[in-house]
Amino acid sequence: MNDPLLEIRNLQIDGESDEIWHEIIKGIDLHLDRGEVLGLIGESGAGKSTLGLAAMNFCRPGCRIREGSIRFDDQELTEQSELTLRKLRGVRIAYVAQSAAASFNPAHQLIDQFSEIPVVHGVKSRREAEKDAKDLYGRVLLPDPDGIGYRYPHQVSGGQLQRAMTAMALSCRPDLIIFDEPTTALDVTTQIEVLTTIRDIVREFNTAAIYISHDLAVVAQMADRIMVLRYGELVEEATTREMMSSPKMEYTKSLWAVRSFKKEAETVASAMSPVVKVDNVTAGYGSEDILKEVSFEIHRGQTVAIVGESGSGKSTAARVITGLLPPRLGDIQLNGKILPKSFKARNKEQLRHVQMIYQMADTALNPRQRIRNIIGRPLSFYLGLTGKQKEARIRELLSLIELEPDLYIDRFPDELSGGQKQRVSIARALAAEPEFIICDEVTSALDQLVAEGILRLLDRLQREFNLAYMFITHDLATVKAIADNVVVMLQGKIVEQGSKTEIFSPPHHDYTELLLSSVPEMDPDWLNELIAHREKHGVMSSTSIS
Amino acid sequence: MNKILLMILQRFGLGLLTLFVVSIIIFVGVEFLPGDIAEALLGQGASPENVAALRHELGLDRPAHTRYIDWWAGVLQGDLGTSLANRRDIAELITFRLSNTLFLALTAAAISVPLALLFGILAALYRNSLYDRSVNVVTLGAVSAPEFLTAYVLILYFSVKLGWFPSLSNIDQDTSFIDKLHQVALPAITLMGVILAYMMRMVRASIINLLASAYIEMAHLKGMPKFRVIVKHALPNAWAPIANIIAISLAYLVVGVVVVEVVFIYPGLGQLMVDSVSNRDIPVVQACSMIFAGTYILLNLTADIVSICTNPRLLHPK
Amino acid sequence: MSSNDISPPKAQVNRPRRTRLQNAFREILKAPITAKFGMLVILTYGFVAIFAPFLTPYSETEIVGPEFDVWGNEFILGTDGLGRDMLTRLLFGARNTVGIAFITTLLAFVIGGIMGLLSAIYTGWFDQVASRVVDVLMAIPQLIFALMLLTIFGTSIPILIIVIATLDATRIFRVTRAVSLNVVVLDYFEAARLRGERIFWLCIREILPNITAPLLAEFGLRFCFVFLMIAALSFLGLGIQPPTADWGSMVRENAVLITYGDITPILPAIAIAILTLGVNFLVDWFLHKSSGLKDGH
Repeated sequence: MNDPLLEIRNLQIDGESDEIWHEIIKGIDLHLDRGEVLGLIGESGAGKSTLGLAAMNFCRPGCRIREGSIRFDDQELTEQSELTLRKLRGVRIAYVAQSAAASFNPAHQLIDQFSEIPVVHGVKSRREAEKDAKDLYGRVLLPDPDGIGYRYPHQVSGGQLQRAMTAMALSCRPDLIIFDEPTTALDVTTQIEVLTTIRDIVREFNTAAIYISHDLAVVAQMADRIMVLRYGELVEEATTREMMSSPKMEYTKSLWAVRSFKKEAETVASAMSPVVKVDNVTAGYGSEDILKEVSFEIHRGQTVAIVGESGSGKSTAARVITGLLPPRLGDIQLNGKILPKSFKARNKEQLRHVQMIYQMADTALNPRQRIRNIIGRPLSFYLGLTGKQKEARIRELLSLIELEPDLYIDRFPDELSGGQKQRVSIARALAAEPEFIICDEVTSALDQLVAEGILRLLDRLQREFNLAYMFITHDLATVKAIADNVVVMLQGKIVEQGSKTEIFSPPHHDYTELLLSSVPEMDPDWLNELIAHREKHGVMSSTSIS
Repeated sequence: MNKILLMILQRFGLGLLTLFVVSIIIFVGVEFLPGDIAEALLGQGASPENVAALRHELGLDRPAHTRYIDWWAGVLQGDLGTSLANRRDIAELITFRLSNTLFLALTAAAISVPLALLFGILAALYRNSLYDRSVNVVTLGAVSAPEFLTAYVLILYFSVKLGWFPSLSNIDQDTSFIDKLHQVALPAITLMGVILAYMMRMVRASIINLLASAYIEMAHLKGMPKFRVIVKHALPNAWAPIANIIAISLAYLVVGVVVVEVVFIYPGLGQLMVDSVSNRDIPVVQACSMIFAGTYILLNLTADIVSICTNPRLLHPK
Repeated sequence: MSSNDISPPKAQVNRPRRTRLQNAFREILKAPITAKFGMLVILTYGFVAIFAPFLTPYSETEIVGPEFDVWGNEFILGTDGLGRDMLTRLLFGARNTVGIAFITTLLAFVIGGIMGLLSAIYTGWFDQVASRVVDVLMAIPQLIFALMLLTIFGTSIPILIIVIATLDATRIFRVTRAVSLNVVVLDYFEAARLRGERIFWLCIREILPNITAPLLAEFGLRFCFVFLMIAALSFLGLGIQPPTADWGSMVRENAVLITYGDITPILPAIAIAILTLGVNFLVDWFLHKSSGLKDGH
């Protein structure tokens, strides 16, 4: 095929906020052939979704297409009427949203929402559509394909909804499907299944696709060609293999950042007693136990990574240690002494030594307090510092976290970027001069480069102050980067724990094996090999292991 | 289905419980009256024997909880007691008045609700257009005006200057339906002014909120025509909030009715209540309060039940 | 200085930092005409309310002329049913009606606000009890309840203020509780709690600064409601009692003039409507600004 399916030239899109228009897409060219899969990579705010939606000449409210040409199958979309565009959408170009749960109408059955596309567009009759739906549901490997369509969205799990949405996108056999971060909200182990389904089905129907994601490893599995976006501009474009083996731009290389960060020489775990010991803790809300007989310990100067997927209990463990959730059985020890179960019963000294840094920097800092006060409060509250002493210490801490004191001390959180806010959170924890800090998914909401910076900072501070870290995360790349010891959790129980080298080298517990192998590698053949391996050994999903 | 039935029964029970508690408040509140009703009625100069006699006649010498139980017993049999002001049977007094108030309220509601829905939805669809912005200003104006302002302005123009409608409502048992409508026109329009504005604003806000949902965007991306998106995708999810809005507005109506009846000297429950309050006719005040409170509770209960019955998570449990 | 995350997104670096006062001033200048109308109205009424005694030709309750005199040179808006000057009564009405409504709303906010804050923090039996009590109190329509309580306790001004404030506090309780709960679930609140901060600090320094916007808007709305309610009660003869000049009762007292086609009795009612409208416009604009959404209210 010579003529491309989609040809975008010099596209410029503006977005409005606070009654000012600024550029979101700054002149991008995009080219897609029939049956080709193009990956769009970029950090949040890079403009990937906006670009994807522009392929059908759709703009979200608050955005407008200022200039550029969008040619789909030789039709100039920017010149078409709304009616023509409407006829195109769903039929020849389809969209699979990021959150299937929010994008399905809660009031209608899945099959109704499937059928309405071909029926309303006059492509199929109702009966034909329903038959096709069941067939497609089977092809995307949904359980009970004949019956699942009659369920309502809230009765179906997230991963299944995502696949149902993919099936729905195929209802009129479109020429192009836009996948907008379809697996971002899913667990790593569920992600595999959905990725495989999407890839197979796109190949089967020879549909062209635009696959949007912030995860390069995932896109490497799915796409033939990749475009890297940043701040609305194209950074690099190449075929998948080329980009994976020899990326050209600095920025592209930085996307490997976290994976390439290696902690400096492992600190020897001291034979002294641990700072924090979790002793046979069972805890939960009401009658249900979320944590079951969990035990581990953390020493000074050491980082213990708690890994697990959603529902594993890792966040609950943090709540128990901080005293927000008193355990039903077992206890928490700080430097050998048992801590009161509830934080309300602990004294200032005990509270001081257990600090926490949160995942979302936006909600971790009080937006109505200046940086000076956010960092200053623990200083006055715990250490009784005032006046000049306090001021000096605040500046010291700001320097420690690599923020220029004069510039930032009087700012409000909303004047800082995500990475900067996270640094302030770290400073706030440090201000109390604790022995132990819980890092709850602190880099999960950050972009690769920024995350790497935070990890480096945490590492340096650990060595300087001999801090003990409990690092909660679901991302194995992060674990490889910063952990000394690893605790793997599944459904409230510890499945395996030990030093990093122990955990990452076989033999493994089955679940650890599943978890480790489910993390996408930067190798285009990874998914294929994984599927082949799993089919051979009969391992398919995390629900089969308990 | 069972879960729904259970929830409805629960709500119903809660409603009854609330009514009970309200009745206690209403009854007990009276106990706090400084001085004695009998004394207050007969005046300062009355002789102790007369006061005692009246007290006995009114049953005030019995303990409070006995009186409370007797009162409920009476209510359940349809006997609401006797008015202190004119010794008439309260139930008889109220029935006529209540039907008038209901007639007025329902007339106003019957016209306002569909109009509010229509205009509110249109305003939401054509957000920020000239239509929408003028609707915003006009409804704010209507909501800001006290009922008696609207009432008197209407009287001034339509009654005094143009003579189309009467300014005082002259209704009795025998007035014909058409005649009633004529008498009720100005009061009803006054009520409608506020309710309509109130409802329109809330419907508009609620629909706008709904239209921002991800599944609405998805419907557009599937190429669904605008009309279908509104009717098939938005509306089924709008019943709960809309029912809520209607219930709240009707509850507001219950209160607005009082002022309107006073202005137009309309023989309804509201006017009765105001008169009784001025006369300190306690039994009547109690009875009227119970009816108003009961209606209010009933309306909120209905809104709750509609919410339950239109929630797909409850209709189709996992 | 190290890695790339130091530089914030471009938009922020370029914007010059202004003081809060400067920002507020710019916002006011940019406001739509309805909001400006609102501000003007509030300022005017406030002025009149405060300086009433100096602005009026006669005194509030003095009988100065014939009954129901027409508009003329001596009495600009004529006289009322007892021979008192209408203009004077109208201006004093601003002080009385608006003043009492304002104090009532303030009191309601103190009661409802504190209860709402505490309820959000002490979720548990305190919250349960408070919420149930409020549910029951709100189950009775406010006007009816007010009428009842006024029957029982009498209609002196302090009683009026306390009764209405208590009834309105229920709504404010709900709103404060709702917005406070939104803050309580955020991480920074949890961090403060874990630090060991006491209830006073948590309320004043963590929650309150973050809920001022919705509460201010609510203040405006509740003021309108309280204002209208007091006017309605006075109109019914059960609120502010004569001879105090009050807009609600003034309408009632002079209503008979309407049958003669005279609009004088409606003037106090129009005064009520204009203030309420002004406040509503202002609150509307405020909500629009603070919600910061791309579209609509």
